[in-house]
Amino acid sequence: MRAALKPGQGPLDYARRPWIIALFAAVLVFLYAPIASLIAFSFNVDKSGVWHGFTFLNYVKAWHNDQVFYALINSITIALISTFFSTIFGAMTALTLWRFRFPMKHVYENFVALPIVVPEICMGISLSMFFSYTGMMSAVRDWIWPLNLINIIFAHIAFSFPFVAVVVRSRLVGFNRQLEEASKDLGASELQTFINVLVPFMMPALVAGALLAFTLSLDDFVITLFSSGPGSVTFPVKIYGMVKRGVDMQINAASTVLIVITLAATLLAMKMLGPGKPAH
Amino acid sequence: MDDWKDFRRVFWTLASPGTVWMLVFFIIPMAFLFVLSFSSKAVVDGETSTTAYNYFSTLGNYVAAGGENYLILLWRAIWTSALATAICLALAYPLAMAVCFAPARWRPLLLLLLILPFWINLLIRTYALYSIFRSTGVVNQTLGVLGLGPFEMLNNTTAVVMGLVYVYLPFMVLPLYSTIEKLDRSFLEASLDLGATQATTFLRVTWPLTLPGIITGIILVFIPCLGTFLTSDILGGPNNWNIGNAIQNQFLEANNWPFGAALSFILVYATSIALLLQWLVARRSKGVDA
Repeated sequence: MRAALKPGQGPLDYARRPWIIALFAAVLVFLYAPIASLIAFSFNVDKSGVWHGFTFLNYVKAWHNDQVFYALINSITIALISTFFSTIFGAMTALTLWRFRFPMKHVYENFVALPIVVPEICMGISLSMFFSYTGMMSAVRDWIWPLNLINIIFAHIAFSFPFVAVVVRSRLVGFNRQLEEASKDLGASELQTFINVLVPFMMPALVAGALLAFTLSLDDFVITLFSSGPGSVTFPVKIYGMVKRGVDMQINAASTVLIVITLAATLLAMKMLGPGKPAH
Repeated sequence: MDDWKDFRRVFWTLASPGTVWMLVFFIIPMAFLFVLSFSSKAVVDGETSTTAYNYFSTLGNYVAAGGENYLILLWRAIWTSALATAICLALAYPLAMAVCFAPARWRPLLLLLLILPFWINLLIRTYALYSIFRSTGVVNQTLGVLGLGPFEMLNNTTAVVMGLVYVYLPFMVLPLYSTIEKLDRSFLEASLDLGATQATTFLRVTWPLTLPGIITGIILVFIPCLGTFLTSDILGGPNNWNIGNAIQNQFLEANNWPFGAALSFILVYATSIALLLQWLVARRSKGVDA
């Protein structure tokens, strides 16, 4: 029966139906053509949208454009610091939810997931009001770098640690608690058990969660736009300003750099989380 | 699982940082915004103050938000989001099916290809669309070679919907993939064996069983679309503003915070209604996740 059918004709052989293959190809073109074009034109000699020759000049100009350069440095600094704290807070939240029974647990679970579902613009606006009202917005303006970025860092930790918690918690579900008991039976203290048994088990999820927090922070535009004061511009906010003024191939060059950084971090995260990792 | 009372110190140490952070940088700011949405600017010495407010003094902001101009923006946000969500679903479902029914060694790569753009900055992706569809962009140039155009492809609602589909398609693919993957194929085989057509099998077996994934996908796409302001700002232009742009404008330009707060909370209410509907539908369905 099977042998008589050509590929794509089997009743469940959906992946080989010609129309599905055509749709798949069309969607991939739709998804990647704009990005490919953006990267290609970052090497164009002028900004007309017509190919006039290959150059690295846009990259050189973006590198020497102090505003773009420092915006990129700001973004990376914010991402590194907020990733550090988001990973710790996220892991602790995941451990709380995994290990303990406590009253109103379901309410608490939804409570820590709120930043995932509330529209970004509302969270951005509320933080903007909060920072101006408490005086933090104007207070940090004259602080030395990178302390003048502290509001943005606070905001980024708030929206990224719930994502880390989700990632870490789904790994903890596979943990065999008898290992913990064995460690304690053999004389290890609570803290020694945590550091030598539980942390190594969580490690892939910690790395993946950290990389997720890093990309979320580097990518965020809406919340950063509202929680940043005048002096602290990040890379997406700077690019937004440039886009509003018109097309410029420096934007393409700078965007290409950011795309490479985020995709590298993402692929690394996927490798960490990917199949082939034994769950002990 | 341990009871928190047996390990109070460990419990509080682990639970505190996240809880405190959520309270200070999420709940308090949102609560303040909520209060502000019922407030008006105070009048001090006969002049409208820029910093003082009469708290809980008025419903006027919501009444003003119900005015025709703003209802149009909210309505536009709702229907462009609904349309974009529907297109995402129509595209993503066959794609997710294709990935799930592809040979096992191809699956991770195919899935990665569909969701990788999600990791690229939203602003950069929107700008990429903007640059190829502008009047001197690659698309118009290609059409120009064929003797067509140039067409004005930006600054209209179609551009906004296309931009939303472009940006949020991966959010639809992912939940659909993880639901369809768990689907027991013998149900489909049984249905086909018993004489149902492919269409009947899809409508009566596949679709109902994958409903939880469909609902999650709809929520994941619809909610961020509803609050979007970047896509409508860059691709749609001022004539295609929706509520997100109006909120941004009240805060960054018009400087009427209480009114902007009311608009923000209308968005939060709309989101809550969407989540409530999801919960109601998900509770009734008997899909593979339930």
